[in-house]
Amino acid sequence: MSTASIGHNLSLERRAWNIRRHALLMGEVQGQGYIAQALDIADVLATAYFHAMTFRPDDPYWEGRDRFLLSNGHYAIALYAALIEAGIIPEEELETYGSDESRLPMSGMASYTPGMEMSGGSLGLGLSIAVGKGLGLKRKGSHSRVYTLFSDGELDEGSVWEAIMSAAHFKLDNLIAIVDVNNQQADGPSTTVMAFEPLTDKLEAFGWFVQRVDGNDLAAVRDAFDAAKAQMGSGKPSMIIADTLMGKGVPFLEAREKNHFIRVEANEWQLALAALDERKPS
Amino acid sequence: MKPASQSAPAGAAKPRLTTSAMIASIASEGQRTKPAPFGHALNALASADARIVGMTADLGKYTDLHIFAQAHPDRFYQMGMAEQLLFGAASGLASEGFTPFCTTYAVFASRRAYDFIHQTIAEEDRNVKIACALPGLTSGYGPSHQATEDLALFRAMPNMVVIDPCDALDIEQAVPAMAAHQGPVYMRLLRGQVPLVLDEYGYTFELGKAKLLRDGYEVLFISSGIMTMRALEAAKALEADRIDVGVLHVPTIKPLDTQALLDACAKPGRLVIVAENHTVNGGLGEAVAGLLMREGVHPAFRMIGLPDEFLAAGALPTLHDRYGISTEALCTQVRAWLK
Repeated sequence: MSTASIGHNLSLERRAWNIRRHALLMGEVQGQGYIAQALDIADVLATAYFHAMTFRPDDPYWEGRDRFLLSNGHYAIALYAALIEAGIIPEEELETYGSDESRLPMSGMASYTPGMEMSGGSLGLGLSIAVGKGLGLKRKGSHSRVYTLFSDGELDEGSVWEAIMSAAHFKLDNLIAIVDVNNQQADGPSTTVMAFEPLTDKLEAFGWFVQRVDGNDLAAVRDAFDAAKAQMGSGKPSMIIADTLMGKGVPFLEAREKNHFIRVEANEWQLALAALDERKPS
Repeated sequence: MKPASQSAPAGAAKPRLTTSAMIASIASEGQRTKPAPFGHALNALASADARIVGMTADLGKYTDLHIFAQAHPDRFYQMGMAEQLLFGAASGLASEGFTPFCTTYAVFASRRAYDFIHQTIAEEDRNVKIACALPGLTSGYGPSHQATEDLALFRAMPNMVVIDPCDALDIEQAVPAMAAHQGPVYMRLLRGQVPLVLDEYGYTFELGKAKLLRDGYEVLFISSGIMTMRALEAAKALEADRIDVGVLHVPTIKPLDTQALLDACAKPGRLVIVAENHTVNGGLGEAVAGLLMREGVHPAFRMIGLPDEFLAAGALPTLHDRYGISTEALCTQVRAWLK
């Protein structure tokens, strides 16, 4: 159960919508950002922060919190949006996104932002850190969990598989990893850059508890987090493979030709916000 | 009883061949040694500090971490032959309040896992201690195991403290000093039967401090690691030539003890020679040269180090002679420079 105090009665649909809106506002500040990824992962982040994880907004490094590691540091715009929604970062700070002296640089770094537990940017780091944190929490007898989000392109990195193998070896049932399969990486569709399917079979063969869900179906994502959390005691780490749609929630961005870094014209930010506003949940 | 095979080589009768083995002792014959100083020092430290954990990437036995693993099996993490994972996981354990001591070979930490150390340990300023065996030219196995550029790489990394110990005494005193320092530290590691030299000089290791082991008015060696041992031997040998040689030991490569270096180099009329078990590119020699240039101190200055090339496989004594870092080679170079 989340201990977030702000708007504690809001639905997950509304949380996800708020996260998308915060992200669009940040994107507008700089006229750029990995906005298509932020929109695709908003449902996963809403569920992580407002259904699955325990934390204290006024004490982001409270020892009893669940840890969240953003391995794909370029998704920082999405995590900042979630941290704003969670009350860890003040909402007015989104106006500083990507600016000099801001606590919200375009790539997520641990030393800049409250609630950012690792420095990303270089891909494939998060799972290894998560293994160490999982081992550390078990050493301390803590019941907290480690969550880590990474992207399908990171599956190309050998270090990711080192960590996947070791998490099963160390029986890290306090580790829940989420891989965002939006099938886009820098040079094109992830599955053509380097074939990673059948991903479920591979991960199961590595000894993980694996679920594959539509990452934009909130009910399915919520059930997946619940099942992953129930693995505590099983000795198995959990992987949630979240198939997502880039630009989700803003139809003209959903329809735009898929690209790792989609172009949004200056006049389109307001159009995107308007399109989102039309779909505001109760 | 079977007759002895006629074709079997008479191995016992043959002279012992030189070897390009991966692991070879750097102790010369008859030299005093101490076994596994790193492992024993870590055990002593761990008994007093519950935060200490040990981690390795399938090289526990070859970094003396097996001593720790035997004494503290529940505090030892075998990460498999996966150096990126080793350092990423060390960052994670450090972020949860533990003090991981990680071991592997210097080549693998510096070359294979550099980005992981850079990003997850140095950039995040995690309290991870890295101790790496086979520094510089201490393996005859060839470039795959000769870490000739590790000091340059780790010197270039912000937040990283870099230690190049000389002997068993240096190592056993450096271990608690590494733990007492809050933040990442890289230490070159000598393992197995490690020479014991510095106890004859009233020496104690202090992080960030250079120590004058002997004074001399004609030549000053500035050295780190095993080159301090060589410099001391060369200084003794050169007494026969009536050449008066001092030795300033600089076990902390970063941060440099700039005051001690400037004071020692400002003494007039002395040839300053920096000697290092490392490529001449970017190690102690260039660090000292840069310092002296910046501060306007200009002694006669020479550098002894490994050449900018992939080194040969072979027996260590052969290679140390060939590349100019044996005691004999040091003496020869000093005599030539003083002519």
